[in-house]
Amino acid sequence: MKVRFLSAGDRALVVEFGDRIDRALSNEVLRLDASVRSSRLSGLVETVPTFRSLMVHYDPVATTFADLERAITSLLDRQPGPRAAATLWRVPVCYENSFAPDLGEVANRTGLAPSEVVARHSGTSYHVYMLGFLPGFPYLGDLPRELELPRRADPRLRVPAGSVSIATTLTAIYPYESPGGWHLIGATPVRLFDPARSRPALLEPGDEVQFQPIDPASFASIRKAVDSGSYEVANEPIGG
Amino acid sequence: MNAGLKVLAPGLHTTVQDLGRLGYQAIGVPVSGALDGFSLQLANALVGNSPRTPALEVLMSGPTFEVAADTVRVALAGVGANLAIGAEKARIGPGQSVTLPRGAVIEVVAGQSASGYLAVEGGIAVPRVLGSTSTYVRAAIGGLDGRALRRGDFVPLAIAHASERAELRLPLPLMPTGDQPIRVVLGPQQEYFTEEAVAAFLLAEFRISQSADRMGMRLDGPSLQHRGGWDIVSDAITTGAIQVPGSGQPILLLADHQTTGGYPKIATVISADLPVVGRRRPGDRLRFAAVTVEVAEELCRAAEYHLAELAAKLEPISDHPAIDLGSLYDGNLISGVVSGVE
Repeated sequence: MKVRFLSAGDRALVVEFGDRIDRALSNEVLRLDASVRSSRLSGLVETVPTFRSLMVHYDPVATTFADLERAITSLLDRQPGPRAAATLWRVPVCYENSFAPDLGEVANRTGLAPSEVVARHSGTSYHVYMLGFLPGFPYLGDLPRELELPRRADPRLRVPAGSVSIATTLTAIYPYESPGGWHLIGATPVRLFDPARSRPALLEPGDEVQFQPIDPASFASIRKAVDSGSYEVANEPIGG
Repeated sequence: MNAGLKVLAPGLHTTVQDLGRLGYQAIGVPVSGALDGFSLQLANALVGNSPRTPALEVLMSGPTFEVAADTVRVALAGVGANLAIGAEKARIGPGQSVTLPRGAVIEVVAGQSASGYLAVEGGIAVPRVLGSTSTYVRAAIGGLDGRALRRGDFVPLAIAHASERAELRLPLPLMPTGDQPIRVVLGPQQEYFTEEAVAAFLLAEFRISQSADRMGMRLDGPSLQHRGGWDIVSDAITTGAIQVPGSGQPILLLADHQTTGGYPKIATVISADLPVVGRRRPGDRLRFAAVTVEVAEELCRAAEYHLAELAAKLEPISDHPAIDLGSLYDGNLISGVVSGVE
């Protein structure tokens, strides 16, 4: 695959695979990420995979843009490299009215019944393209076509932590209360980010996610278990 | 007894920072760390700390502390800033260490630099979160409970006695930053802009607007026109990136910036000049000049060498102590310690 190397100052470079949100493109990015991470390139600081590119942070005292471009090009020539281990997560979501302030509007605008919106949203398996915006904030896709809507015209100043949301071709979960312009169609009681965990972000790039509808009573009991540290999100490893 | 600094007045936005939290940007965690990493390292060197030791970053207006340890050795780095000690407000300039007894009151008086760094021998004793003590307020990570200091806080220190040795100072005073152009490497998305916009970006004078914080600074100046659309499929951001949303008004992204974003980035400030940007205030002027990535990398190495050389050239203050600590201590006891605080 043809890539472009772009400089982002003297401490980072971008390996750009394309300019679309696309599963095949994302898989290329994640494969390169896995091989760069396992390469032990000198001067490598960290990598950040996104929808369509890999940012490679480096230390110019130990390496240069030119050296890294050469080294990464030779890694790409050896593709397909190993794919990092990934996990399928079954994330519980309550889609009831009080947890889903925009479900009615989404139903109206898509011409579906609220129950059909929920059935389609929870009936799809999503790919974790990348994290960004806030610690642990996952960009998941792709949504079923019928659920695609532009972002809200008037973003909210406060979206509650745990809100499950949709916009454009994507769905996401807000790990913290924050401003936000996505449509809120549910909420999860699980914690997306906790710096005290050995794996701070629940979801990592390359993982898969399915949403499991739950009722308000289960939401309350799972929240209680999460707070006491006794809840684990159901998961299974997926093939590399 | 625990050693610490009692916060009598917090200042505008005083946080614990080190050189940042590396290794977690892939899961959305910003790097954070000092806006002016050069000065943080210099302040640490003056009190005998290693470069990454957590210290206090002071923005715009300074805090006031009371020493709650047997003795503490502190040093301030920040152009034009001063320490005002005790009820007499005896002045200690930046770029030298000073040792103070229990009960002494230290006011950090901000100077012309937007940021200043108060290092304490042994460091601030807060836990590392994801490998760093840097405060990231938006997710309440690091520092003192993940937030800026408040009045009444107790800032814990790693050691309760300053070591017995001469104070250190810089061989030369800190130079004012001036208004030399900030050097950038164009890209990664300069092709999203018209040629006129790239030319205007490098020729024009911008002014730092009032919307400026640790995440970034909005710049007032000519509107930079995009060639086509102004939203791109989100990609990763590095500190110093200058992104341009649809308004055409650039935003220079600083230590607490989001790890990803969907606006084209016309250029990236070189790492050697990031500390200079970190010293600029709202209302200050900014001009940019382009260099190649090779030159930027060379300037980064030169900056690291310059800092190491400076840290090696610190000289002991052999003459009389800058202030009479005995009388200061007495003065504090008489005046009741806190009364000198605004």
